Amino acid sequence: MSNDIIGAAKPRIDGPDKLSGRARYAADHYPANLTYAYGVFSNIASGKIASIDVEKAKKQPGVIEIFHHDNFPKLHRSPSNFAQQNKVDEARLPFEDNNVYYGGQFVALVVADTFENARDAAHFVDVTYQESKPVTSLTAALKNGDPKQAKSSRHTRGDADSAFASAAHQVDVTYTTPVETHNPMEMHATTADWNNGNLTFYEASQGVVFAKNTIAAVFGINPARIDARAPYIGSGFGSKLWIWPHAVAATAASRELGRPVQLVVPRAQMFTTTGHRPATHQNLKLGADANGKLQAIVHDSVNSTSFVGNYVETCGSVTKSLYDCSNVRVTHATAQVNQGTPTSMRAPGAAPGLFALESAIDELAEKIGMDPLALRKANYTETDGSKSLPFSSIHLMECYEKGAKEFGWDKRTPEIGSMKNGTEILGWGMAACNWEALKRDCNARVALRADGTAFVSCATQDIGTGTYTIVAQTAADVLGLPLDKIHVELGDSAYPSGPLSGGSWASASALPAIHAAAKKAADQLKGYAVEEDAVFADAKTDDLSLADGKLSLKGGQSVDFVQILQKRKVAEAFGEAYTTGATGDEYSFRSFGAHFVEIGWDPGISRLRVNRVVSAIDCGQIVNTKTASNQVEGAIAMGIGMALFEQTEYDHRSGMPVNNNYAEYLVPTHADYPEDVNVLLLDYPDYKFNDLGIRGIGEIGITGMAAAVANAVYHATGKRVRDLPIRIEDLMSA
Amino acid sequence: MRQFDYKRATDTDGAIQAHAGQAAAYLAGGTTLIDLVKLDVMQPERMVDVNRLALSNIEDADDGRLRIGATVRNTALAYDDRVKRDYTVLSEALLQGASRQLRNRATTAGNVMQRVRCSYFRDGISPCNKREPGTGCSAIEGVNREVFAVLGTSEHCIAVHPSDMCVAMAAIGATVEVQGPNGTREIAFGDFHKMPGNTPHIEHELAEDELITHVTLDAPIEDAGSTYVKLRDRSSYQFALASCAAIVALDGDVIREVRLALGGVGTKPWRCSQAEEQLVGAAANEENFAQAARLAMQDATPYKHNAYKIPLARKAITQALKDATARAGNGGSI
Ligand SMILES: Cc1cc2nc3c(=O)[nH]c(=O)nc-3n(C[C@H](O)[C@H](O)[C@H](O)COP(=O)(O)OP(=O)(O)OC[C@H]3O[C@@H](n4cnc5c(N)ncnc54)[C@H](O)[C@@H]3O)c2cc1C
Ligand code: SF4
Repeated sequence: MSNDIIGAAKPRIDGPDKLSGRARYAADHYPANLTYAYGVFSNIASGKIASIDVEKAKKQPGVIEIFHHDNFPKLHRSPSNFAQQNKVDEARLPFEDNNVYYGGQFVALVVADTFENARDAAHFVDVTYQESKPVTSLTAALKNGDPKQAKSSRHTRGDADSAFASAAHQVDVTYTTPVETHNPMEMHATTADWNNGNLTFYEASQGVVFAKNTIAAVFGINPARIDARAPYIGSGFGSKLWIWPHAVAATAASRELGRPVQLVVPRAQMFTTTGHRPATHQNLKLGADANGKLQAIVHDSVNSTSFVGNYVETCGSVTKSLYDCSNVRVTHATAQVNQGTPTSMRAPGAAPGLFALESAIDELAEKIGMDPLALRKANYTETDGSKSLPFSSIHLMECYEKGAKEFGWDKRTPEIGSMKNGTEILGWGMAACNWEALKRDCNARVALRADGTAFVSCATQDIGTGTYTIVAQTAADVLGLPLDKIHVELGDSAYPSGPLSGGSWASASALPAIHAAAKKAADQLKGYAVEEDAVFADAKTDDLSLADGKLSLKGGQSVDFVQILQKRKVAEAFGEAYTTGATGDEYSFRSFGAHFVEIGWDPGISRLRVNRVVSAIDCGQIVNTKTASNQVEGAIAMGIGMALFEQTEYDHRSGMPVNNNYAEYLVPTHADYPEDVNVLLLDYPDYKFNDLGIRGIGEIGITGMAAAVANAVYHATGKRVRDLPIRIEDLMSA
Repeated sequence: MRQFDYKRATDTDGAIQAHAGQAAAYLAGGTTLIDLVKLDVMQPERMVDVNRLALSNIEDADDGRLRIGATVRNTALAYDDRVKRDYTVLSEALLQGASRQLRNRATTAGNVMQRVRCSYFRDGISPCNKREPGTGCSAIEGVNREVFAVLGTSEHCIAVHPSDMCVAMAAIGATVEVQGPNGTREIAFGDFHKMPGNTPHIEHELAEDELITHVTLDAPIEDAGSTYVKLRDRSSYQFALASCAAIVALDGDVIREVRLALGGVGTKPWRCSQAEEQLVGAAANEENFAQAARLAMQDATPYKHNAYKIPLARKAITQALKDATARAGNGGSI
């Protein structure tokens, strides 16, 4: 796979549709007779609904119905089983009972003829509560009692405690990360339309197959009756992996009313009822010998979860295998707070986990008096110690070396505050990044059509990352067609079953299936071409090749492939393929990388900026350098946000989020993005992982980034900030 | 958002008439008003659209002053040649406010009249003396890091006046021209915004139905240099944690005239008269700037999460004085 298509920098093929507004998102569909729903949300974080008075609201113009726990239909909780593809993080269904478990929970749903009327009437629903004292933070929850251990993600090898106790150098520190909210631009939204027991379900979803199966389980119907569609979504960052209460509420309302219902979750409730990254407290113990060789690693973490779901943030998932160390313990636990249910957010576990681990490594390096890059190299391994398996393909050492060279790491002077530029003190920090390489079962269909185009379909999604484009590139490569002749359709559960867009596994799962299906389509065409009376009647299919829309015989003539189809009087030559998610048990599959960061701290005006980033990433074959770099660049921005800005703040008395909007929940702006960002993509195909050598690239870039920033901040200021986000008051000397 | 009645006014008399006797609000750019109406914090029964009034000009006024119409957009004001030349501090303050899209909508009068950003005010439910007098202030014991003041606070309200533009205007000096059912009058800019005291729901001097028609800036100080320093967490699209508008005119190395106003730390656009007095006649050097900064913040009261604002504001003042001095004409070298 190396030519001018695979690995090229191709612009997104869906770009013009998005720019011109032709791309339609979940709330851009207006079936006939559409009604609009608007939520009434709890303004307490814990307690019971004492009464709901809807009389006044019902009299408002355009109101059709108001649902709440007394009149909402009985549904079934989803089994929440990953293998059955009906996983959810919030187990409770909306309006199950009168309990309030978190602020911003659905307590009623107004359906009206227009969005404006529904919203207006929602103000007139009169809810009274019996309030109880909420648990408003992870810290408060931990004061109330011991956290619940999550045994399945625990890992131990060797004897970490005694190895730590006898180590020459020790670091024993606690890091915390706050609740972060995904904040995709597009709101969560549902347009549900039932017809004769069949449901057309437009959902802002990262997984149409999961959406279909979950809704089927909740409504107790055959999944075949549901068509779940998400041709475009305005990103999700993990918040749109599973079905959340709004989708169930809108779908139920539609079924009850016999009319389509559209529901858009308001921004404020995007902070409460559609998931978030939980708060974490992480204790790290690192023990090393005099030369910096790691003797013990202990990573104990606890995260907040809700009272209606048990989400575990696996902070130690990378800690198990990143370094060569024979005494390791990694544990996870949860504690319940009165907040909505947490869920996966870009690089779940690894993003907060590597903030802690890679900060601790920096602290250890300082203790030993070693360069932090040298310390990492001294503990480099090509074996996954948690599985005792070799990594399938690892070029982390090259990431360290290339990144360091590009960044100029050798010019770093280790003394705190020793590097300056004008009024700025510069800090240089680095960290490793790491993410598991995963893949899932996938089916795909590719057809060469008599109009000269190819049609590719798969029930995976493009969540804004460029999946449409790399799917088209993969098909174009096999079929010898230009990109503009490839028509790709994704995001519809009616297509051959494809993977969730999550876990950085969509490309590694879908592209091999599409590649295989395209080959089969080409083979069918060649088969037609060598049939009796066909153009290449006596030729061998092996001597035929497809390029530029033509089928050519080695040393012979070329004809448009369309002619072959026309002659045979068929509309298409097609192939369907299945590729497995199984990876065997000979290797551990992971992606690797390293971030190098320069920050500037101007003490005169307390200004902290990230000036420069070099990231070297080893994640298998790069299919499109433009979309791949873009994923890492976006992750760098998000990592800067994690380091310096992001935090959902809750009032410690009421438990309600207080910065639940785009103005006050800070994410980096363009002005915060460093002018100098250099993403180095190593591009070593991993053929042990799949036929195309592709791993994923969506998440790895955010891992380690916050630690690299924090380490750079320490280098500049001497302030070791262990609680994110790093704020200027942490760095100001009074 | 609730239903409301909408009237588009074409002249000021008509606007005032349409406003009178109603629970009405003038609608300018809508970037504050529509937001708060959606949040159900403001509930006007009628909106009187003032965007068609003939108030969108920037005119030269007598005595070298500059008269700004109420509906002049923040972007237009920031890029006006006279403003860029004579009131650099105002242009810079505007351009560091909000985002380009908001500035394209936001108007001069609307900016003067913008409401506080306190999340307890904006959530529509928490106890808040500004929104519902007598219910208490949730912010004093709550999350109060960003848009909360350390100057001019009271036990009833600690919300910052969030405007950047107004801080520059407070430094420049200006007159707010208003028209009401009983005619027109002028209010000195420094008197326009009120401190919360025990009536935080009363935010300004405007009487019932009165419409702001113009803000007229005092004549620029000759040969002065000016600047606006805004400090915040992220580089754009955030209200000031602390900001300083400074105008400095020199006589050799000595400060002939100086204006200092603060944003992000006061319950109103905060003019630092005492610090100004001390600086006039003093040498323009860092030591005196730091001294002025200390003086400006000496009466500050920190709250749970915003104590850092006191040193931060001092830094903003020192930096702004330095930068303004460097731009001043007729000066020696500093
Ligand atoms: C996300 C966000 C970020 C922001 N960031 C900043 C920032 O960093 N710095 C900053 O300074 N500002 C910031 N702002 C505030 C912004 O500057 C104000 O919203 C804007 O200036 C208001 O002007 P407007 O014309 O839109 O007013 P409107 O919303 O139309 O009106 C605001 C108020 O003024 C009243 N009003 C309007 N015109 C008149 C008149 N002629 N006479 C009497 N009353 C009148 C209205 O009735 C209303 O009460 C931000 C706003 C938002 C939403
Ligand atoms: S600070 Fe002012 S606006 Fe905020 S809650 Fe207190 S009284 Fe209300």
